[in-house]
Amino acid sequence: MLGITFISFSVTQLVPGDPAAINLGQNAMSNPVIVAAWKAKYGLDKPVPEQYLIYVKNLLHGDLGVSQQTRRSVSTDLKEYFPATLELAIVAILISLILGLLFGTIAAITRDRWPDQIIRFFSLTGVSVPTFWLALVFFYIFFFKLSWFPSNGRLDPGADTPATVTGMFTVDALIQGNWSLAWQAFRHLMLPAIVLAIYTVAVLTRFTRASMLEILNNDYVRAARAKGLPEFTIIKRHVMRPALLSIITVAGVAFGNLLSGSVLVENVFSWPGIGQYAFKSAIGLDLPGIMGVSIVVAGIFITMNLLVDIAYRLIDPNMRNS
Amino acid sequence: MSEEAASRKAGKSPWRQPLAIVGISILGIWILLAIFASFIAPADPLVQKFPELKPPNMHNLFGTDTVGRDVLSRVIYGARITLPLSILLVALSMLVGSIIGAIAGYFGGWVDSTLMRFTDMVLAFPGIILAMAVAAALGPQLRNAVLAIVLVAWPTYARLVRGLILSSKNSDYVTSSRLLGASTWRTLFVDLRPNISGPVFVLAALEAGNGMLLLSGLSFLGLGAQPPSAEWGAMVSAGANNFDKWWLAVFPGLAILTAVLAFNFLGDTLRDILDPRTAKALRE
Repeated sequence: MLGITFISFSVTQLVPGDPAAINLGQNAMSNPVIVAAWKAKYGLDKPVPEQYLIYVKNLLHGDLGVSQQTRRSVSTDLKEYFPATLELAIVAILISLILGLLFGTIAAITRDRWPDQIIRFFSLTGVSVPTFWLALVFFYIFFFKLSWFPSNGRLDPGADTPATVTGMFTVDALIQGNWSLAWQAFRHLMLPAIVLAIYTVAVLTRFTRASMLEILNNDYVRAARAKGLPEFTIIKRHVMRPALLSIITVAGVAFGNLLSGSVLVENVFSWPGIGQYAFKSAIGLDLPGIMGVSIVVAGIFITMNLLVDIAYRLIDPNMRNS
Repeated sequence: MSEEAASRKAGKSPWRQPLAIVGISILGIWILLAIFASFIAPADPLVQKFPELKPPNMHNLFGTDTVGRDVLSRVIYGARITLPLSILLVALSMLVGSIIGAIAGYFGGWVDSTLMRFTDMVLAFPGIILAMAVAAALGPQLRNAVLAIVLVAWPTYARLVRGLILSSKNSDYVTSSRLLGASTWRTLFVDLRPNISGPVFVLAALEAGNGMLLLSGLSFLGLGAQPPSAEWGAMVSAGANNFDKWWLAVFPGLAILTAVLAFNFLGDTLRDILDPRTAKALRE
């Protein structure tokens, strides 16, 4: 975690861009008093190592600094933007797990026959398609032409946001008991979530296929076949279960990638999540903003790995003692 | 298992794999288009001489854009920007990553732990956010976007090379060469390199597609190629502002898709026919 802060700090310090020039207007820039005051306000007048120490010290108290873009504390900003992305990533990972397991299993069972070939073709396409372009194409077809899904944003224009509990609109609306609002939020969520999920569906499909094929080669599967167990039972009991183990590992990492990978999707769908926030911070050279997002995403990444490790130990008896 | 090994042996040449052939063909077509763009493209990609925003028709097969440029010509010329830059950024990441990984794996000890700690730090960083921050900080330019991606992409190579060096630096042939008085450089470049370059090139083929996606993504966000450049990602971005004019975004997007797909077909096949032990190392 400290490494993350160090890298982003060095990166943004070693480059020529001047945040003051971007955040202050032309007039203000020509007045040295204003520039100096602005720099002093954000602590940019101190030497760089001291700036870094101050940042880390504040971080230990849970203070992520003040964003130069929104002029609010980064923690407040993140509380507002993060749930939007989390909601998107959760739906996307659910879609990916369901479809990835389904397609991967079909591909493994029909190995080298035509369903496997078709799935292989589509999963390779899935990892090759530029998300931002797919987002546009889906937006054009499903919103503009077919009107199956509503337009940009998290809710219809003019709709009242539900009272904040989790910050995830679908959940908050359900807590309020406002079913129609929850449905509306869900419909807005679906299209970006599907686009975001495509890459992960492809990755999980290929991974499921590979790990199931590896297991199908084991002697105990052959023994189960020799016993005359129906193929469905063999797949379900002897192949699916052990395959799930390694799939969980990949899904954990994939979830972390979804959080940061949402940058491009959020950009197309005007989804006010941390991807958009990071983008705006990057454009504005807003160091506290970028670092805040990085720390949160990296933190979730590390937590996911930890959770996966724990889940692994719970599921796999071989691991319990090691 | 034996069945699998047999099928692997039978199809060892990438020329026998349908996916690889498709991949090589698509790449070949794009390379030819890039080289002979000035002969093939019907118009100059930057000249604004056609009626604006015309849907695809007989004169402009892919239609025209907001200022009356021929979209087909821009897509063809775009190959001159995206293809060489993607190859360049993969080559640079491979070079930087391999050198760092080789030094870490060969020398071991504190050199190894320092370098690898640094590598893990970069890996833990959300890639696209770091690339975005660096590209924005250096100034939105195509060259800076390439640098930003290299900065994010090298750790994968470093880890692979380090692992490969660790697993072969104590083999007998290396030891005997060292006993014969070979220098460190000789050991690394003459004895170890041939055993390492295979997997590294496969990784490069697999990563080339990702690099291209990231590069066009940065351009799409306005952090890479700038107008009027005929870069594919930037062209899709222009289409996003007029999303009801579908031909603006669809054709450059298809260009990205086919080029990335070609790299992935190739990389995927190469990985499959590679020695299973190193193929496994690549997957991790």
